[in-house]
Amino acid sequence: MSVNLTLLIVMGALYACGIYLILERSLTRVLLGLMLLANATNLLILATGGYAGLAPLFTKGTPAQEYNDPLPQALILTSIVISFAVTAFMLGIIYRTWVLARQDDIQDDVEDLRVAETPSYDAEDDAEVPAETSEFPLTMLGSDGRNVSDHGTPGMDADQEADQPVATLVAGGREMPAEHAAAEEKPGSLNVDPSPEGGGK
Amino acid sequence: MNIASFAPLAVVLPILGAALTFLLIRHSRAQRAVSIALLSLTLALECLLLASAWNSGTAAVTLGGWIPPFGIVMVVDQFSSLMLVVSSAVSLAVLVYATGQGMADGDHDAPVSIFHPTYLILVAGVSNAFLSGDLFNLYVGFEILLTASYVLMTLGGTGPRIRAGVTYVVVSVVSSVLFLIAIAMVYGATGTVNMADLAIKLGELDQGTKTLLHVMLLVAFGIKAAVFPLSFWLPDSYPTAPAPVTAVFAGLLTKVGVYAMVRTETLLFPGDTLNTPLMVVALLTMLVGILGALAQSDIKRLLSFTLVSHIGYMVFGLAMSSVVGLAAAVFYVAHHITIQTSLFLVTGLIERRGGSSSVDRLGGLAKLSPMLALLFFIPGMNLAGIPPFSGFLGKVGLLQAGIQLGTPLAYALVIGGVVTSLLTLLAIARVWNRAFWRRPTDAEHPDPVLLSTPSARVSGPGAKVNDRVTLLPRTMVGSTAGLVVLGVALTVFAGPLFGLSDRAARDMLDRTPYIEAVLGDGTAVPGNTSGGGTR
Repeated sequence: MSVNLTLLIVMGALYACGIYLILERSLTRVLLGLMLLANATNLLILATGGYAGLAPLFTKGTPAQEYNDPLPQALILTSIVISFAVTAFMLGIIYRTWVLARQDDIQDDVEDLRVAETPSYDAEDDAEVPAETSEFPLTMLGSDGRNVSDHGTPGMDADQEADQPVATLVAGGREMPAEHAAAEEKPGSLNVDPSPEGGGK
Repeated sequence: MNIASFAPLAVVLPILGAALTFLLIRHSRAQRAVSIALLSLTLALECLLLASAWNSGTAAVTLGGWIPPFGIVMVVDQFSSLMLVVSSAVSLAVLVYATGQGMADGDHDAPVSIFHPTYLILVAGVSNAFLSGDLFNLYVGFEILLTASYVLMTLGGTGPRIRAGVTYVVVSVVSSVLFLIAIAMVYGATGTVNMADLAIKLGELDQGTKTLLHVMLLVAFGIKAAVFPLSFWLPDSYPTAPAPVTAVFAGLLTKVGVYAMVRTETLLFPGDTLNTPLMVVALLTMLVGILGALAQSDIKRLLSFTLVSHIGYMVFGLAMSSVVGLAAAVFYVAHHITIQTSLFLVTGLIERRGGSSSVDRLGGLAKLSPMLALLFFIPGMNLAGIPPFSGFLGKVGLLQAGIQLGTPLAYALVIGGVVTSLLTLLAIARVWNRAFWRRPTDAEHPDPVLLSTPSARVSGPGAKVNDRVTLLPRTMVGSTAGLVVLGVALTVFAGPLFGLSDRAARDMLDRTPYIEAVLGDGTAVPGNTSGGGTR
């Protein structure tokens, strides 16, 4: 079976350009990339049909292997129609993005960013260091809330500890006093910004 | 004449409905009546198909009079007809829910008139994918349902939906292109796209080509089924769509991917060449998905992550390629479609009643609306796998199959399955404690709707009721309750359902019924290398 080298090279080039383009952030380029990928795939399907032959119209006396294989072309036709619909829809979406956001870029997910920025510190669970009631007191966490700092080494000097009366902890990538961190999750805080109509809308 | 010859109607009826509802686009009442009537008719037909597959086994319908390896074939076997019945029952419930929401809200939130035709096209695509006995027709089924889902996903064209829609469309198109490349390569290697014919011809290829085709198909279906490394798109795109749309996507679309994976593994590439990677992937899907769910505060996002996580159970059952494992996976798919959809519908009700779907803003819903609490509690516990429910039965089936297999990896998956189940319980219990159990004033940012309700109640008839308090439309609650009852019915009738899944799994691993139904009796079926039939 002979292979059409030109078709294969064109197919490879289309795949390469298509993959490069869908990795862009600009939506129009992503769309162009998808179109190139779809066309490269059409060429691939065409290549599976083997070398060129006669049109598949039955004439007496022609051996079967001289006809072209019609099935890949039917498949390509279907795939062209489908990619046409998808391209039209993508254009609609891109236009809508432009109307809404005035930019041709993929937008970030607000909720994703919010989850990513949420401090691992949870006001409800972590705010109060409970008073030590056990008969085996932990030396690390004093009942007075002192020396809770993640940075303070347990073996600090006594006077150095006295200079640092406020319990601090690391929250959201910065060090802050514990009560400030507790306030972070209360209404009116700048860190958590509830939208007026509710979270999920 | 066999009832199975009417199988194409399961695709044609919804498309007919789509055409009619599109003509009736200005008459919303007639539109509702037509779409509900046609979907009920489809469901009734599919119940008959299930009964016929149960009584007389696998049947094939050839379309257009072409002899099987050349034309398009539709195959009705126990697995596909079970999937059809469950998916249509769920779609009908969601359709009733959506019409209830549309009647209550009018056209302000979403253009409901375009919803009906698109939704019916989606149902047609799902049915086509389930019935298809031809790899390219399966691709067409996928494309029908995906194109409809693009429209539903971006219904109304608001900012967040468009943003989510872009990710969804691009990922789906890339997966479709991969699928098409795989089909082209399969055709190049074997010269056929008929699945029964492929089942014979793929076995004659050399191992390297076979593995390449196998991996290509699994990756393409893995994206659609949201299996772990390929699941990144799902929690990002599903939650922004309207509640009924998210519900039907969560229930059906990923399961079509799982269905295609099952067919690939059992019919096209029997044997256990890729079982080990599939098991690793299943374990990662379960654990990574559920850990993602624990980090979320929005109920819809949390449920999207549990959806990803529970796909892992189905892949686990599939990867064992034993009758017990596959039967449990089939049962689990039927259970999960129902439960996950009802949970998303309930979340829609929660959002309506409580004004938000974020657990930081909700509280006290159990007291405000005990019915809502009940509707959340039952499927929630069912999803987590608490003993009497079908989720428990499905998981027990999977774990038993895993222990029977007895390899170290299978034991790791058994442990992973139990851990995932417990973590699901934790995630659901957190939602329950926060949204339903605590007082509204204890919420971090309580929604004003929740706080204002008592005064609205006290003011009594005649007084001006706070108009921000929306009561739940009866149709929406009714359809959700219907789906929850269906979920409970799966528990009650778990015995017959397990019997059906067992027979479906046996037939699928045997492969002979499928191939003989398509290509005619007496076709030489190559030896079953998986040895699953004896287990």
